[in-house]
This record gives sequence, structure tokens and C-alpha cells, in this order.
Amino acid sequence: MTSSTRSSSTSLDVDPSGGDSAGADVGAAGAEGVGFDADPAARRRLPDGHADAGVVVLPDAFAPPVRAGDGGPDDPVSAASASGATRGAAGGPAARRAGGGAGRNPVLAVAIRSWRQLTSMRTALLLLFLLALAAVPGSLLPQRNINPMRVEQYLNDHPTLGPMLDRLSGFDVFSAPWFAAIYLLLFISLIGCLSSRIRWHARALFTAPPKAPARPGRLPGGSSWASPLPPADAAAAARAALRGRRFRASASGADARRPDGTPDHSVAAEKGYLRETGNLLFHVALVGLLAAVGFGSWFGYQGTTLVVTGDGFANTLISYDQFTGGKLVDTARLKPFSLTLNRFQASYEANGEPSDFRADVSYSSDLDAPTRQAVVRVNHPLVLGNAKVYLIGHGYAPHFLLRDARGRTVWQGNVPCTPRDGMFTSTCTVKIPDAGLPPLGAQRVPQQLAFSGVFTPTTQLDPTHGYVSIYPAARAPGLTITGYVGNLHLDEGVPQNVYTVDTRDMRQLSLTGPAGANRTAQVLALNNRDQRTLTGLPGGLSLEVNSVAEFATFQVKSDPFKDEALLFAVLIILGLIASLRVRRRRVWVRARPAAGGGSTVEIGGLSRSHGDGFASELGQLTIAVREATTPAAAPSAGPAPATAPATAEAAGSAEATRDEAPGNDETPGNAVVPDGTSTQDEGAPTAPSGTRSGDAADGGATSRASEREQ
Amino acid sequence: MAVNEGMSSLSDHLFGSGMAVYAAAMLGYAAEFAFSRLGTRSAAADAGAAEGSAAGATSVDAAAEVPAARVAAGQPAVLVGVGAAADAGAGAGAGAGAATAAPTAADRTGEIEAVRQRDRAAHTLSAGNDGDVEVPARARWIGRIAVWLTVVGWALHLSSVVTRGVAADRVPWGNMYEYSSMICLIAVTTFLGLMIRHNVRWLGVFIMVPVVLYLGFAGTVLYVAPGPLVPALNSYWLKIHVVGAILASGIFLVSAVTTLLFLLKERWENRLAEVAAGRAEANRAMQNRGGIVMRLPSSAALDTLTYRVIAFAFPIWTFAIIAGAIWAEAAWGRYWGWDPKETWSFITWVCYAAYLHARATAGWRGRRAAAISLVAFCALFVDYYLVNLVINGLHSYAGV
Repeated sequence: MTSSTRSSSTSLDVDPSGGDSAGADVGAAGAEGVGFDADPAARRRLPDGHADAGVVVLPDAFAPPVRAGDGGPDDPVSAASASGATRGAAGGPAARRAGGGAGRNPVLAVAIRSWRQLTSMRTALLLLFLLALAAVPGSLLPQRNINPMRVEQYLNDHPTLGPMLDRLSGFDVFSAPWFAAIYLLLFISLIGCLSSRIRWHARALFTAPPKAPARPGRLPGGSSWASPLPPADAAAAARAALRGRRFRASASGADARRPDGTPDHSVAAEKGYLRETGNLLFHVALVGLLAAVGFGSWFGYQGTTLVVTGDGFANTLISYDQFTGGKLVDTARLKPFSLTLNRFQASYEANGEPSDFRADVSYSSDLDAPTRQAVVRVNHPLVLGNAKVYLIGHGYAPHFLLRDARGRTVWQGNVPCTPRDGMFTSTCTVKIPDAGLPPLGAQRVPQQLAFSGVFTPTTQLDPTHGYVSIYPAARAPGLTITGYVGNLHLDEGVPQNVYTVDTRDMRQLSLTGPAGANRTAQVLALNNRDQRTLTGLPGGLSLEVNSVAEFATFQVKSDPFKDEALLFAVLIILGLIASLRVRRRRVWVRARPAAGGGSTVEIGGLSRSHGDGFASELGQLTIAVREATTPAAAPSAGPAPATAPATAEAAGSAEATRDEAPGNDETPGNAVVPDGTSTQDEGAPTAPSGTRSGDAADGGATSRASEREQ
Repeated sequence: MAVNEGMSSLSDHLFGSGMAVYAAAMLGYAAEFAFSRLGTRSAAADAGAAEGSAAGATSVDAAAEVPAARVAAGQPAVLVGVGAAADAGAGAGAGAGAATAAPTAADRTGEIEAVRQRDRAAHTLSAGNDGDVEVPARARWIGRIAVWLTVVGWALHLSSVVTRGVAADRVPWGNMYEYSSMICLIAVTTFLGLMIRHNVRWLGVFIMVPVVLYLGFAGTVLYVAPGPLVPALNSYWLKIHVVGAILASGIFLVSAVTTLLFLLKERWENRLAEVAAGRAEANRAMQNRGGIVMRLPSSAALDTLTYRVIAFAFPIWTFAIIAGAIWAEAAWGRYWGWDPKETWSFITWVCYAAYLHARATAGWRGRRAAAISLVAFCALFVDYYLVNLVINGLHSYAGV
């Protein structure tokens, strides 16, 4: 596994994780050149995303803080930490410890290695791809939760492929176990990674930034200059200047010593913690969003119900026509709200297009809550706590009256008819199991009535199609109807479809109505009292259809964790913006005593993301720190001389000040090699010639005058 | 609501003229590109090189300079420097030949200096290797004119969008034609925005070609006369959710272009390294210091540009998805229902997230990340076109 992780770094990465000779050369040269304290174990942990710009890789520049007491390089655990290198120091100290412990127990070793693989970035990448790939069939195949009719259609059209796909959850992709496995693994990987990174970030937030290297001036954009202040004061001045620029700066203690025993006067400053904070916030919010979605689906429910005008509805399981609830929903304890549909109004354009629907309801949101009035419109639901009541459809429910031979009402009711088209041509099915007819024959076969018909709100006789509806409003309601008598099988305990009649044990009736006697079908005009009654039914019964009511279909949706999902979504965006826009950068200042009482001050910095304006920021910081450490005079020669990244401002001000300070011709060149001896010769001429003011750099200095120590 | 016919035809005319001006600008950029000459520094090395006989040596000299940019992409500086120095025998690159045997202190500082210069050069967005492009004055003028033409075309395009909105009495993003027009507008705006801060004129021709083609496609195949919105789109969320999606898509279009350029340049740089190491023949373009790819900035700079463009657009895309979810909750009662459009937006989001992750994973930077970026753009394309036109879902009413 070691070799695989190492070879996985292509030529595009500088990977100093041990053994790469050229890299190690450069690394060694660089390490000595810049002088980060040698930490071979730390060198293995290449931080992910570090600007590998061909600059000498500074191994511990952005590694997680090393706990004191972690041992030096351990050969048996180099494998573990090399694999940790791919994770951006995910393994780190824990890897070393765990690796050591795992040597004793092979099962534990396998478990730890699997865990490390799971929480590695590469696994996360792979799982992300799988997630995207797995979602593709969910968009191409019809899905049950969106459109069950199309699923049935697909199964009919593909008799062999269909059932196979069905068994693989092709029609329920997003609730399929394999889809769940992918995102659950992804989130476990995420949580495992988060737990370490949160700890490291917390540690970084509360401990000092990593100590300054021996020669920060050798970092790209770094520079050095002579300062008249003694090293301790120079370091303190630099720290104050950096703190003034809102860096977290810590100076080395009074008794701090470098590894070679000389006193240590340095400042380590860091800024941009918000990047990692935002990153962690984003990922934690992702977990939170998943939790909110999950809990919402467990505790949420949705159902549809049909309510005829004048009727009511109460939020109980039995009142719903269709209901799906989450696994943890207690259907016996749904929120007990109720509503009554007082009036339904639909308005249409001249061409029959709908323009507005409104349902006037009176509702009560709880058992003993007062009754209120409300209007429910399309896209404007009635909000009752966690539940929302949406108006999703409507239709017509003609009123049927079944009378006996003496004119007494045997049965009556509004029967909802199913709309079939935009003009609300609707099919009606009326089943009357208790018509009062005596059962027939030795077997006592029940005589039940059923009627089936087509309702047209605005009826017109079309030569080819018969009676059709030409407008959705009930201006001239008509009903084309036929009847049956026989055994509906309703009393046998087997549920059947309300909207279809199974006529296998029924015979069709001969009806007498507006069109004459003994016809199988009749057309009733509901607004015409003389043309809306059917007679000739068995037992002398007659059926009258005397009015039309409207019904509305409501959908109740409850998702108790919607608001939490929204909150986490907002946090996701905020975290994302912070993690992508804020730069993490570190700046170090070191002051070394120079002959003659002053000190040589070096400054250098690193930014995690390259080319983001850090160069110009470093230039400005250099100006600020130079001013802070050369209090008696204006800055002698501008900020980082020629070797600084040639941004416009830096180059411009460097040019300007260099023109004005001809005596400092050698300073730029010397600053490249921050060799103490040559600079201290410059210390004398630098100070007096630095009295010239009005430099370009000074313009910016006035605002920072307050940062000076003296 | 009545459609203002006069405004509508004005909008169409502005659209056509904007497209024509874009095409002219595209030609201008291409001309500037074609007439620039590469390698003034290499020309100097040319003159100074001892063995200037074979064209191969010349190109290798040039190659000694050029891989400086390649270094930044990750090969250790020493390796390439040694190789080139051994082959060309020229010390043209200051620190290139320094690190052969045990480096002295001066050599090391020189090397650090060279590395710093390469590092700086590798990430500049100026055209050509290390900015080593010489553009004759006339070509530079053509380039400047091309920029002005782009601005003029952008203004015409913007006016066509605005007048279309006035004509239809609603915000001008309600059907496929208008979406496409807006996306192209955003892409050109992004290019102009980048031009303000960096000198990315070399990007001009590569942005203008897809924009002109896309506008042509929109104006011919996708065009519909302006009309009212379908009632379901009649919500203030249209201004929020769709604007976010269009913004992000336009910017992702720019990132797709830079990704392609990165892949081209990276392949070319690899080939150049092979040539420098003597393992491959320099092709004609390298020998003449011509060729389009040579004039592009280093692959590292292109990679960084792609990353920053995607990092800018990704939060906007996230916001667009979330705003869409909020709108869905208001309109349909559920914030996520795996509608095909929602699913493909999610897939696109995951793919761009994979790109951002890949850039932080060892072994996945560079070419693999670029491949992911292209896959993500394909997902975006599917999200916009196939879902609306081919797949049947709740978003199909967006209208063609």
C-alpha cells in the first residue's frame, strides 16, 4: 500500500514523502536554505493543496500541529504515515500511534487501515463520483414516487427488462439500498475526517502559529533589512505591526532559544482561520442537512383527500384517500386539525384556461381551537403548524337521489366524478348497495344498483362524438348515464375501486328517461326539471340527478424538519463562501543581532493558495514591519526589492524608492542573500539616507504611524 | 399582457448585431494571436548559442527556456535544469545548469532565485511562456480593437436582453432561448471582468468562438417570440433561482474553456519536455516558435485560473439549487423530490465538488482534475438541455 500511495502522486505533485531523491535534494537544500526546524516525521506529511509551485517544499509549513511527545520517524509506521500523507496529514500522530499498536493485532490493523482508507480524500472522490453516477438512472427511468402511472406504463412496454429493473430498484432509485449505501458511506467518511480536522483546527486556533524558520527572508517575496532596534524590540515592534494588520501574532518568549542555542527573537503570525472554519462549517452543515432530510422523511407524512363542498375533513388516517407516512409517524397521533369546505370557486378564461381557483374553508387547528376562516388557493397553502394544506385539484360531484315507488328517498348523495380533460368531462360511478330491493333466488343473490356515466359541465351535442363538454364551468350540466343491477360484491370484505364497476354479476338495465323508454343509456339535463329523472328501475325506483356540487382535492404535507433543513442549507452557503474566498497565510519575522547594536530583520511568508494577491499583501506587510522596526527614519528602500513577486504596486513603489535612494544600489541585491555580514555594512549608510521622506511608501505609512512602537 | 411587437423586433435586431460584433471581435483576437511572435528571450539565446546549426538545437535552446514554466507544474527544478543544460550546453537560464554536483552557496542562491522567477512566471496569466511573447504593434492594435468590439457587442447583447424583457413585460429569462442568451451574456461579462483585473486577451478568441456558436444556435433553433410566462413560473422566485443558475452556468462555461486550454497546454509542455530530453522530435510548430498552444500561458497558470473561476461559481450554483428548493417547497409542497432537473443539478453540483476535492488530493491535480471539470460541465449541459427537451419532468414547462 505504501508503494501505491506514493506512486499515485504524479509528476504534477512535488511529493517529498521520503525517497524521492530529487525532491529530497531540493527539500534538503531548501530546508537548510530557509531553515525550518528539521522534523523528519513532519516532512512526510505533505499538506494537501499546498501551493506546490516548484518552490522548495517546506514540509511542516501547513501540517497540523504536532503534539509534543510524538516520537521521531518510526520505520514500521512509515507505511501508515505515508498513506496519511495522501490525506493531507490526516494520519499524522494518530497514525504513528495506531500503527504501533496495530502491529500486535492483525485484525485491528486491517480495521484501522480500512478506516483510514474510508476517510481518505481519494475515497471521498470515488464516492462522490459514484453518487453522481447512481443518480443518473433516477432521472432517466420513471420513478414511482413521482409518477407511478408512467412506471406501470414502462413495465407494460418492457415485459422482460421492466421487472428486472424493478428488482434492482430502478424505479425507486433514491430509496434504493445501494443508493443509500453510497451516501451513507460518504457521510461516514466525512464524519471521520471531520472529527480529526475539527480537533486540529481547534488546536490551531488556541495555540501559537508554527515558529519562524531560521531564514524567513529566503521565502519567495521575503526580504531583510537592517534595523537600529535591538532584536527583542524589533521582534516586539514587528509583532505589534502584524497584530495591527489583524494577524494572530505570537512573539517568541524572552528566554526562547533556537536549536543551536542562540537566543530566539522571532514572530510567527497567521491569518485566515476563517477558511478552515468555513470549510468545517460547510461539511458539518452537510451532515446536518442530511440529518434534517432524514428526520423529515421519518417524521413527515403526506396524504390527499377529496372533500365535496359542504363536507368536512379531519386529520385522521381514515379520512385520507391516499396517505404515505414516514417510518416514525404515529398515525394515531396526527395533529387533530379539521376543516370544512364551505365554497369552491373556479374561474376560467374565455378559452377555457383556468385563471384562478379558491376554496373557502373554515378550519380549526386543534381539538379545542376556535374555528377560523381561510381561503386556500393554488400555490398558497393553509399552514397549520408543521402541516400545510394545498389545493391541488377540483371537479364536479352531481347530486343523486334514489326514490322508491312512493316517492320517498331511499338513498341520496353527491358522487364525485373524475375529470378526464381540460373541459372537465368527467366519468361518474355510482354504487348503491342498499337500494331496498329484495335478494333474488334460492341463493339470495343481492340486488344492488350501479350507475356509470359521463358528466359534461357545459354540454353540447357533437355529431361525431356525441355529448361533449365545451367549457369547464357548469353552465349546462349534462349526464350521459347507464345502469346495472346485480351483485356488486361489496359485502364480501374485498376492497374494490370506487371509480369502476365490475359488471360480471350484473345485468344492464333498460332505462326510461328523457330520450324515451327501454334504452340502455339516457342523457339527463340537470338544470331541466323534466329531463333529469330516470325511471324503469327495478322495484319501481327512480333516480333523479338534481344538482351539481363542486369538490376540491387537498394535499396535506407535513415535514417537521423543514426549517432545520433550510438553516443548514444557509450554513452550507456561508461556509462555502468562507472556505473558498478566505486565504490562509502565515508570515514570519526574525530579528538577529547585528554588529553595532542594531539587528537584521527578516520577513517572509507563505500562502496556501497561490497567486491570490498574497504577494502584494506581503509587500504591504513588509512596509508596515519595516516602518515599525526602523522608527527613526522613513523606510529607506521600498518594500521587497527586485526579487519580490513583481506585482504592479510592489514594483512601482520599489522603482520609485529606488530612484530616490541612489545610495542604496546594493541593497536590493544584498537583500536576496540575507547574509548577516554584508547587510550590517549597509546598516550605517542605510539609516541616515533613510531620512528622506515623501517616498511613495510613505504615503501609505501615515495610516500606520500608530503602529510604531516609538 | 400584450407583447410589444416593436420592442420585440428591436430585441432581435440587437441580438443579431451583437452577434456580428462578437464575431468581428473574435476575428480580431485571432488576428492578434496569429501575428504575435514567441520567444524574444529564446531569440537572444539563439544568437548566443554556440552550436546553432541544426534547427533541433535551436528548439532545444528554446526548450531550455520554456520548461521553466513546466517546472512550476511540479517537476523538481533541478531535474529539468540538469537535463536542459546537459543537452543544450547553454547557460541561458540563470540557475538552470547550476545544480549539477554539490551546489555551492552562490549556486544555491542563484537556484533559489531562478526557482522564484519560475514560480512567479508560472502563475502569471500573461500570454506565452513566462510572458515571453512579442506582439508587433499592429497586432496589438488589432487586439485592443477586439476588446473594444467585445465591449460594444456586450452592450448590444445586453440591450437585446433588456428590450426583450420590456417587450414581454417580464424579466427576460423565461424560456430556453432567453436562458441561452443570458448565459452567453454572463460568459462574456466574466471574460470582460477578468480582463479588467488581469491581461487575459489571449482568452478572447477561445471564449468568443463558443459564445458566437451558442448564440447562433439559440437564435435559430431555440428562438421563440416573446410571450407571457407560463403561470407556474409566475413567482418572484423566478428572479432569484433562475438568475443564480444562469450566472453560475455562464461562469462555468468560461471555466470549461480554460480547462480545455489547460489540457492542450499541458500536453504540449509534456511533449516539449520529451523534446528537451531528446526522446522526441520537435514538431514544426516548435521549431518555428509558432503554434497556437505555445502562446498560451503556462499550464499552471491556466490550472489556477480554472480553479479560481470554478471556486467563484460554485457557491452561486449551490445558492441556485437551494433557492430552487425553497421555491419548490412553496409551489409544490416539498423541497426535494428528485425531479430530473433537481437530480441533474445535484449531479452537476457533486461533480464540481469532486473537482474541488480533486485539487486538494495528491495525485489528482492537473490533468485528472481537468477531466473532472469537463465531466462536470457535461453534466451541466445535460441539466440544461437534455432535461428540458428530452426528459419529461416538472421542469418541462420551461418551454423550448
